[in-house]
Amino acid sequence: MFLLRLLLKNAFRHRLRTLLTIVGLMVAVCAFGLLRTIVDAWYAGANASSSTRLVVRSATSLTVPLPLAYAERLRAVDGVTAVSWSNWFGGVYVTERNFFPQFAVDGASYLPLYPEFVVADAERTAWLRDRRGVLVGRTLAAKYGWKVGDTVPLRGTIYSGTWNFTIRGIYQGADAGVDQNQMLMHWGYVNEIQRQRFPGRGDSVGVFVVGIRDPNDAALVGQRIDTMFRNSLAETLTETEKAFQLGFVSMSEAILVALQAVSLIVIVIIMAVMANTMAMTARERLAEYATLKALGFPPEFVVKLLFGESLLIAVIGGVLGVLVTLPLASAFANAVGTLFPVFRVAPETIALQLLAALAVGVAAAAWPAWRSSRIDIVDGLRHVA
Amino acid sequence: MRRAVPLAYIARNLWVRRVTTALTAGGMALVIFVFATVLMMTEGIRATLVATGQPDNVVVLRKGSNAEITSTIGREQAGIIESLPGIATDAAGQPLVSREPVVLNSLVKRNGKPGNVTLRGTSATGLALRPQVHIVEGRFFRPGSAEIVVGRAVARGYDGVAPGSTLRFAGRDWTVVGILDAGKTGFDSEIWGDSEQLMQAFRRLAYSSVIFRLAEPSSFEAVRARLEDDPRLTLEAKPEIRFYAEQSEQLANFISILGTALALIFSTGAIVGAAITMFGAVASRVGEIGTLRALGFRREAVLVAFLGESLLLAFVGGVFGLAAASLMQFVDVSTTNFATFSELAFQFRLTPVIGAKAIAFALAMGLIGGFVPAWRAARLKIVDCLRAA
Repeated sequence: MFLLRLLLKNAFRHRLRTLLTIVGLMVAVCAFGLLRTIVDAWYAGANASSSTRLVVRSATSLTVPLPLAYAERLRAVDGVTAVSWSNWFGGVYVTERNFFPQFAVDGASYLPLYPEFVVADAERTAWLRDRRGVLVGRTLAAKYGWKVGDTVPLRGTIYSGTWNFTIRGIYQGADAGVDQNQMLMHWGYVNEIQRQRFPGRGDSVGVFVVGIRDPNDAALVGQRIDTMFRNSLAETLTETEKAFQLGFVSMSEAILVALQAVSLIVIVIIMAVMANTMAMTARERLAEYATLKALGFPPEFVVKLLFGESLLIAVIGGVLGVLVTLPLASAFANAVGTLFPVFRVAPETIALQLLAALAVGVAAAAWPAWRSSRIDIVDGLRHVA
Repeated sequence: MRRAVPLAYIARNLWVRRVTTALTAGGMALVIFVFATVLMMTEGIRATLVATGQPDNVVVLRKGSNAEITSTIGREQAGIIESLPGIATDAAGQPLVSREPVVLNSLVKRNGKPGNVTLRGTSATGLALRPQVHIVEGRFFRPGSAEIVVGRAVARGYDGVAPGSTLRFAGRDWTVVGILDAGKTGFDSEIWGDSEQLMQAFRRLAYSSVIFRLAEPSSFEAVRARLEDDPRLTLEAKPEIRFYAEQSEQLANFISILGTALALIFSTGAIVGAAITMFGAVASRVGEIGTLRALGFRREAVLVAFLGESLLLAFVGGVFGLAAASLMQFVDVSTTNFATFSELAFQFRLTPVIGAKAIAFALAMGLIGGFVPAWRAARLKIVDCLRAA
């Protein structure tokens, strides 16, 4: 009890300095949490993927289409339970800044493959009936204030011209990890218009999504598919949905590595600030510690005092940092809008934030504590801060 | 006595408290490092893509598509473009026009991850249109053959891409016959092959873009109007420089927004660090301040002295941070450009403007962090100071 009171008194002896240290820690802990959340958001697509879905794309690259006729052949592959397909639509809503993913999909076969897209039965039927209808995610609808029945104009970049779609339904994710920012239109409709405008083109598919019976057979089924199309006009590359999504993540790897490096740098900066404070504290109190020793307190007592003070400041700063992170993260999510479909602070991030604060507290006190515990009583008493 | 406290005195104070000075300056150096690196990255991407365009070249794409991969231009449309007046001709009298299909091809990088490489169909005219591109190893591909040349960044960054090796895509084997050096522009990240061969292999009926050189650079507006007013064409023309500058915008903006936000957040930490250090300096030198004042130095002189100390501290941190950042110039990086979906190799680029911005940022941190402590030092009463000492 006596130790705790002494600690509190000590920590707030230099009120301004302690306050500044706490603010610095808070900022850094908060920045560290935000960075981790951003990195997590990048991986959200991969984490939300299902293990019973494979993605079949052209072996050349994602931008090279596959013929629609492959659908029938894929259905015949052993282990395949369902086949659907989708094309990246790439339309622009008003300006380029309003980016959100749009897929032209084969609705009737697509929704059963994606049970995590939850749509009311009436809306699902309405969408399937209307060739110009679209299904939009709840977050997306909320962002632009769309309601069922609204018309959304999109300017095509891949499918040229202006397209007017009618919202027929709003889906929501079965859990928090599902991307609620997508727009799904009918592949059949897009294809039909495309064929009218450019005779001879069309019937092309961006990726096939294949449902498989047993997740353990993923590699085997993928191999069967790729072997079947080897040496054909369009060779395929089949991978699990997770690998497919991770492919996107690795494209911006340079940025991700930079972000991760930066979040480490943040910790180093807090350490520098904290270590600085503790070093100053220890230097100023050398005479005091010498007095304590002269009174008969063992060296461990001085060590305890320094560590306790450092940890106390670190914990206060860490907890405040976590508390600030939560509202900031949701503000950030609003600011970047649809860029990151899923943006939330994971429990592990909060745990890591607190752990980082504790580690900083321990590390900052180590060197001053070691020095003060070894101080010679006479030297210490002679020392003037 | 209107005298300033000598600079040597200020500098020596920092030296006496070496550990604290180093820790504070180190924190600032890290912030400046992040700040400068981000600016250098943004600048590197811009410089690479802007240098890719030639001032008198014009790129024609389908209306509405911002990148070559999403654009299509039919053969008859390409023929109409070729017949436009105002196109420069080469020594043999042939118009300098290149019809180019562009496809993305997925290759495996040296680190085992896949990357999308731009595959461009072109011709000898296409090479002539880009004077910055040279063959540095091997030779240019022969027209009408399944030969390809690869950019320097592709040869360096991807597995099994060297002269003599073959790449398999679109159902054929393609032989690498040369390496092209594009002078650190976007073409360093591309693979070039014969236009017609690539069209056949990928079963494409349309080109992606048509590039031509203007006989008279000032005639761009006239050519553009003629092209875009033609009812047979749904195309748009852009000066090549602007086309590539637009492609760099999205990625460069994203990185600079992210980086600036990070630097601002960190700078709060560094400012707090500077403030703690300076408060400490003031608290431990109360007696000294009293002596200075008693000797006749004015309040302003004391204020300037402590502010100078803080600025010097920040300057040292800034210089170290910038020096570390300048080492990043030797690092090659590549990332996917969202605008084209393809890999782009570039280098960090340090310009005098970036250097000045970084140092200004450091000094601003020192100023903000040091002002309140310096103000407090200047406001102390002589008697109180001397009594405290």
